Amino acid sequence: MDNRPDILRIENLGKTFSIGAALFSRPLTLTALQDISFTIRQGETLGIVGESGCGKSTLGRCILQLLTPDSGRVLWMGEDIASLPKEEMRKRRRDLQIIFQDPLASLNPRMTVGEIIADPLRTLMPELDAVARRAKVLKTMEAVGLLPEMINRYPHEFSGGQAQRIGIARALITDPKLIVCDEPVSALDVSIQAQILNLLADLKDEFGLTLIFISHNLSVVRHVSDRILVLYLGRMVELAEGDDLYEAPKHPYTRALLTAVPIPDPIRARQRTIDGLEGEIPSPINPPSGCTFRTRCRFAIGLCAEERPPLENTGHGLVACHRWKELELQPGA
Amino acid sequence: MAGITGKDAVLSNYAVALEAPKGRSLTQDALRRLVANKAALVSIFILLAIILIAYIGPFFLPWEYDKIDWSSIRKPPDFEKGHYFGTDQNGRDLLARTLQGTQMSLLVAGVATGVSVIIGVVYGAIAGYFGGRLDAVMMRFVDIMYALPYILFVIILVVIFGRSPVLLFVGIGCLEWLTMARIVRGQTLSLKQREFVEAARAGGAGPFAIIFRHIVPNLTGPVVIYATLTIPEIIITESFLSYLGLGVQEPQTSLGTLISFGAPVAEAMPWMLITPAIFLVAMLLCFSYLGDGLRDALDPKDR
Amino acid sequence: MDKVLSVHDMNVTFALHQSEVRAVSELSFSLARGETLAVVGESGSGKSQAFLAIMGLLARNGHASGRAMLGDVNLIGMAPDALDQYRGRDIAMIFQDPMTSLNPSLKVKTQLAEVLVRHQQMDERKAQTEVIAMLERVGMPEPVKRANAYPHELSGGMRQRVMIAMALLCRPKILIADEPTTALDVTVQAQMLDLFKSLTNDFGTALVMITHDLGVVAGLADRMMVMYGGRAVEKGTTDQLFYDPRHPYTLGLLHSTPHVAKRARRLDPIQGLPPSLEHLPSGCAFHPRCAFRFEKCFVERPPLAEIGGGREKACWVDGPLQRREVA
Repeated sequence: MDNRPDILRIENLGKTFSIGAALFSRPLTLTALQDISFTIRQGETLGIVGESGCGKSTLGRCILQLLTPDSGRVLWMGEDIASLPKEEMRKRRRDLQIIFQDPLASLNPRMTVGEIIADPLRTLMPELDAVARRAKVLKTMEAVGLLPEMINRYPHEFSGGQAQRIGIARALITDPKLIVCDEPVSALDVSIQAQILNLLADLKDEFGLTLIFISHNLSVVRHVSDRILVLYLGRMVELAEGDDLYEAPKHPYTRALLTAVPIPDPIRARQRTIDGLEGEIPSPINPPSGCTFRTRCRFAIGLCAEERPPLENTGHGLVACHRWKELELQPGA
Repeated sequence: MAGITGKDAVLSNYAVALEAPKGRSLTQDALRRLVANKAALVSIFILLAIILIAYIGPFFLPWEYDKIDWSSIRKPPDFEKGHYFGTDQNGRDLLARTLQGTQMSLLVAGVATGVSVIIGVVYGAIAGYFGGRLDAVMMRFVDIMYALPYILFVIILVVIFGRSPVLLFVGIGCLEWLTMARIVRGQTLSLKQREFVEAARAGGAGPFAIIFRHIVPNLTGPVVIYATLTIPEIIITESFLSYLGLGVQEPQTSLGTLISFGAPVAEAMPWMLITPAIFLVAMLLCFSYLGDGLRDALDPKDR
Repeated sequence: MDKVLSVHDMNVTFALHQSEVRAVSELSFSLARGETLAVVGESGSGKSQAFLAIMGLLARNGHASGRAMLGDVNLIGMAPDALDQYRGRDIAMIFQDPMTSLNPSLKVKTQLAEVLVRHQQMDERKAQTEVIAMLERVGMPEPVKRANAYPHELSGGMRQRVMIAMALLCRPKILIADEPTTALDVTVQAQMLDLFKSLTNDFGTALVMITHDLGVVAGLADRMMVMYGGRAVEKGTTDQLFYDPRHPYTLGLLHSTPHVAKRARRLDPIQGLPPSLEHLPSGCAFHPRCAFRFEKCFVERPPLAEIGGGREKACWVDGPLQRREVA
């Protein structure tokens, strides 16, 4: 699978937000992303996991240029789309689409399902006439498991799972190559979650999509992803193949995340000990020096506070930890 | 999925032929809730009745609003002569004048409200959507407009448009949009955070397509509610200006003018006050009940 | 086994414009001292409404009938004033979003001390000492500093700890937790589940854990009750339901839950959508989505019946379903 071409390359991406900018107060700077670099091969699913405030959604939006990164490059098929003028970028949006977390909030309540799904076509495929647009809408609705009769109904008449199918149809209608899925199932009921995950897997095969799957739920990410990127406070912590990451986590944070995942299996859940990850995530406005994870890491040493660990190649992936070679971490659960 | 295949052709035919059932839009839902609200429903009927009477009534009256009946000046209701509600100090039929006055009040209120809605929505949505420095400058301008004395503007407008009440109220609409702009800006600020706006951006829509296709339709609720509350406000403004002699010019009249003539002589000639007052009060009450009903219907969560 | 709560034949209905919707139907269960009961179901299963009814916290158009016996008092239909005597003291509830239950303009310690002052007539100073001790017990870092904070100054996890501390101040017999960890990060969720486990051991509090996430209950619950369409469809011990589910819905939930240790190419979800309570299907409410259904399921609703081993299910299919292997 590794001879597939790279489709997207992120280089040293950084993004900060300033908050509380008022007339007489100095704004605070929140570093949402720092020094993010990775590549995605065509047809691959890259999972991005992390807890709240780790910058995973910001990363997804920076890739799609819904947010403008402050530094670094986003190379889409070799072309830096972060530096494109707006008009040029608009043309690339046919290839790059997004699915949102809250299915109902992501649908305009005043538009019918047909209008919502067709909306990207108006600007991205203006060559289609009304009949062709409608035919394309119906075809896409069929692909995501929506009945054609639903075309004139309104979003509030649908349940969360069906609304998410509408959102997927909208992302799919321009025949994109890459779809960023931002927590696409976290707002859904368990039985519906599984339906949507299967649908995404089918669509990926059918249309040869490349997926970026953002989630806080490690079980879901592991289920869908080929490779997994772990973020903590806006920095890359570890990047590896799903199985390697799960069986041999190299970073203490990855391991802590893995042990914290609830296991739907009573005997094992009772047996296992949680890796006592103390405390909560520090504020991204004032992150710890050196390694940002050191305040919660039980392996932290003096060096961790002084120097930021570089991303190192482990042979199976990348890890940012000063001590990854000496630590023998047990697999997750 | 590129290229036209046989299946696509079939689908195209299907797309043309498909008669999918219509869904319930939010507007239809809101209308249903509005109709279920008795006070609002009665208000709508009374308002429609007043509008109908005001515009059709004069054709059935024996007297026109500017016709002087020299034989009956300041007379109470007299059915024989066709002065069903009496006459004024110049011998003109009071019912005819009240209907003409109602027409005028409704017209200026409608015009002024329409103008203020259009300016307020566009201004507020643009300020709210673009945000940042543009928003700051635009909203400071609104603040400055608020601070300037209203009546000064009105006097300037009277000097400019003096003879044309409709133009005058276009001008007043141009002053009334400030609050509307603030409301719309606030709503836009929260709407633009919603994911469907981001979805539209991901779909390649430009800022104005987003504002007018995705944001403005979702402002219907607050805008309609505020507009129904603006109409009575402008009717009162008009009455007040007419009272000061700045409004409608003779022989045309408005409810405010009629009341201003009727009020000083209310003890001696009560009919001169009562007729226009009933119309004015009925309209104001109906608009405010309608506004309440609309708020409940469009914002069911708040109940 | 001494029972702290036993519910018999509870129904909860909501009056809508022209119709009436049944959110909970004929629900019966009991809760023993110190035990943890997981109530599992999807949105619209009635799991939250059942416990809001017991707490007397239904929305204004809601109505509950039946019995919920706390010792020998029936909480259903009790006047709000009388209920206040038990709420907080004997039975407490915490919610998914702690912010809605905390007054944003009062300091944490003031709000918590108020509970003790009201229920146990403790004086203010003693109450505050007690509050700080309790905050420490629920694992609040720097309890003295946090006690002086306002709710918005705390993180989500800390707020949930405040809620738990508040609920436990009067040492209630029963703690009802409605999706308490859903809004929290995984690492904080793990800390919270640990906390719940140690609290039930230390205080002997019976815990009701309302959730849609089977992963959350696996390590925590002694018994489970699965709800669908307003009814309990299966009851039993956690191990029974996880390793030998007898109701197809329970089985479907298990198969829908992704497992971090096992990567399957496809999940095996339940087909279709959860029913709307306004239009429940005929017969067994689950039959439109059920892989095991037969003719009888369309017309006749299966009663919740004993099937041996202390467990109950509401399904016409006999015997074990496809077994899940013990991992």
